[in-house]
Amino acid sequence: MIRVQARTEPSTLMTFASPLLAIMLTLIFGSILFSALDKDPIQALHVLLVLPLSDAYNISEMLVKMGPLLLCAVGLSLCYRANMWNIGAEGQLLAGALGGSAVALMFVDSESFMAMPLTLLGGILSGMAWAAIPTYLKVKFNSNLILTTIMLNYIALYLLIWAVHGPLRDPDGFGFPESALFSDATLLPVLSDSGRVHLGVVLAVLLALFAWFILSKTHLGFKIRVYGADEPAATYAGYNAKGISWFVMLFAGALAGLAGVSEVAGPIGQLTPNISPGYGYSAIIVAYLGRLHPAGAIIASVFLAILYMGGDLAQIEMGIPIAVVGMFQGVLLFFLLACDFFIRYRVVSSRENMA
Amino acid sequence: MKLKSLLVGLGLLAGVGAAQAADDPFKVGFVYVGPVGDLGWSYEHDRGRQELEKYFGDKIETTYVENVPEGADAERVITQLAKSGNDLIFSTSFGFMNPTLKVAKRFPKVTFEHATGYKRSKNMGTYVLRTYEGRYVSGVAAGMLTETNTIGYIGSFPIPEVIRDINSSFMAAKSVNPDVTMKIVWVNSWYDPGKETDAANALMDQGVDVLLQHTDSPAPLIAAEKRGKRAIGQASDQSSFAPTAHVFSVRDDWAPYYIKVTQAVMDGTYEPSDFWGGFHEDMLSLASINDNLPADVRAKIDETYAKIKSGEFHPFTGPIKDNKGNIVVAEGHTLTDTELAQVNWYVEGITDEIPR
Repeated sequence: MIRVQARTEPSTLMTFASPLLAIMLTLIFGSILFSALDKDPIQALHVLLVLPLSDAYNISEMLVKMGPLLLCAVGLSLCYRANMWNIGAEGQLLAGALGGSAVALMFVDSESFMAMPLTLLGGILSGMAWAAIPTYLKVKFNSNLILTTIMLNYIALYLLIWAVHGPLRDPDGFGFPESALFSDATLLPVLSDSGRVHLGVVLAVLLALFAWFILSKTHLGFKIRVYGADEPAATYAGYNAKGISWFVMLFAGALAGLAGVSEVAGPIGQLTPNISPGYGYSAIIVAYLGRLHPAGAIIASVFLAILYMGGDLAQIEMGIPIAVVGMFQGVLLFFLLACDFFIRYRVVSSRENMA
Repeated sequence: MKLKSLLVGLGLLAGVGAAQAADDPFKVGFVYVGPVGDLGWSYEHDRGRQELEKYFGDKIETTYVENVPEGADAERVITQLAKSGNDLIFSTSFGFMNPTLKVAKRFPKVTFEHATGYKRSKNMGTYVLRTYEGRYVSGVAAGMLTETNTIGYIGSFPIPEVIRDINSSFMAAKSVNPDVTMKIVWVNSWYDPGKETDAANALMDQGVDVLLQHTDSPAPLIAAEKRGKRAIGQASDQSSFAPTAHVFSVRDDWAPYYIKVTQAVMDGTYEPSDFWGGFHEDMLSLASINDNLPADVRAKIDETYAKIKSGEFHPFTGPIKDNKGNIVVAEGHTLTDTELAQVNWYVEGITDEIPR
């Protein structure tokens, strides 16, 4: 008889073996899937997973895609470590895009060197403000953070839509819901000639490393970890639970806000109603794929960015419909998270209890 | 067989790209904002693509990318289409305007065509449908069919195209039914079956018995069918979703334009322009006019369609007043295409404000 048994200690071997196992299972599944559709499976896997890194332009675009995912995921990782179930990165990102745009549009005709830093600051503060609302409700009234953050995502989206149809709309834009194009002084500097990779991506990586430092090397990071692992113990040790909650939420809000403003002042260059294809939600997957570790989030965000780009390339190069790509991506993520099961559990066969 | 595909795959893995031969087919790329299965906007663009392929056969090769978000991703997708050797690229949603323009500057040898926008360049033109023509016929039908004298309009975004079509529908309804009023609900989306259903129900709760929609899903038709009201389909033939409620669908047909532009670019005679297509070009048509319509309504629909198609009648011919009493189209004047692209007023009789 086969049964599942909890391990006393998480398995170190499986910590490394589980992603490999997941990738192997996905490759097998992918081969069957693409063969069934009469598409060359090896070519399909190549387009999906290798082509996004095949030249300078694609790498640059992969980094552009990675930036907002990473920023949101790092913030979420810290929140989840501290048992703060923040689902609101999307709303905080949109608030950052909106706040940053409001600042940027004051500099439409200006070449001031302050334009870009002030725009970023506007985005960061807006993201923090948006994160502060559910945090206050949680700390003060113990409201359900999952629900309040989800609802605030919608409110942020509608606020953005209202602004882009109203006060922030381009007066010369024939009534279309888009802001004026930002001035060059407002835009984040681009780092390469061949692509759109910008300063925001560098900031994202630096902030991920900074979060890693906080989490592993500082007293505050220790408190976050203890609080998340064993709340009664943390309370007994006299840790300030409210302070920890505020810190992780505002940090996450700042990062998500930066992600939002980096999109509008980066690759997009104006405020439009469609700033994010759901980065704040995808970042939840990234955070878990990265095992709630900032360094893991870097790897996971690169990985997800490749997957998303590969999806577009598979359509362009091989005519594989987006639904099939979505299925492949879903299966891959499923295997990755499912195989983590073996880190904490093992499958044993036993002859006991055979009646 | 297995070995061969393996070798091909390995070759590709090693980066052995096939060199472009001289007799390569002319490559045309399409960027869609929705899934090709939306049965509305993107579905019709893709039908145009398929017609284009049928027309030119082996001489061309087409590629499409569906469900492309109108954010930072659009520029990458358009760039990758240009990079992978497409000679002509159609980007089919308003939000692709600035990304298309940016890519057009970087790829001067590729031709770009953007649907519904207003920015053009040396190698980028725009094209749009005279949707207000279909909307006028819809308004005539709605005005005659309504028993409560209340018709409803499900708006997507308050942009000139939608405002213009609301006006066109209302003027049409008014022309056959002086007592008619119109209620408008905005859903802030082009395709959101959930919200469109809610909007349809909210309108019907307020006494609306004929629904017009400026969104792409068949949800409002389904809602109307359930409650025994009537609705008009948008973009594609949506009759199958509401056999009884369906009046007709105003169907988009992009194929004539796609064929024309592709031919022009192949011949080297292409000039970027601001193209408007409607009944006259057969880019708009009335699909599946319901047999259950009263004969007088049917006759009026046919008559209005014919008049607009022949150019005998233009919905935006003065005098037209806005709902604040200002004359917006002077007597004897017909709005030019440039003016049509800038309509930002409601006509007299619409008791509502444009969301600002």
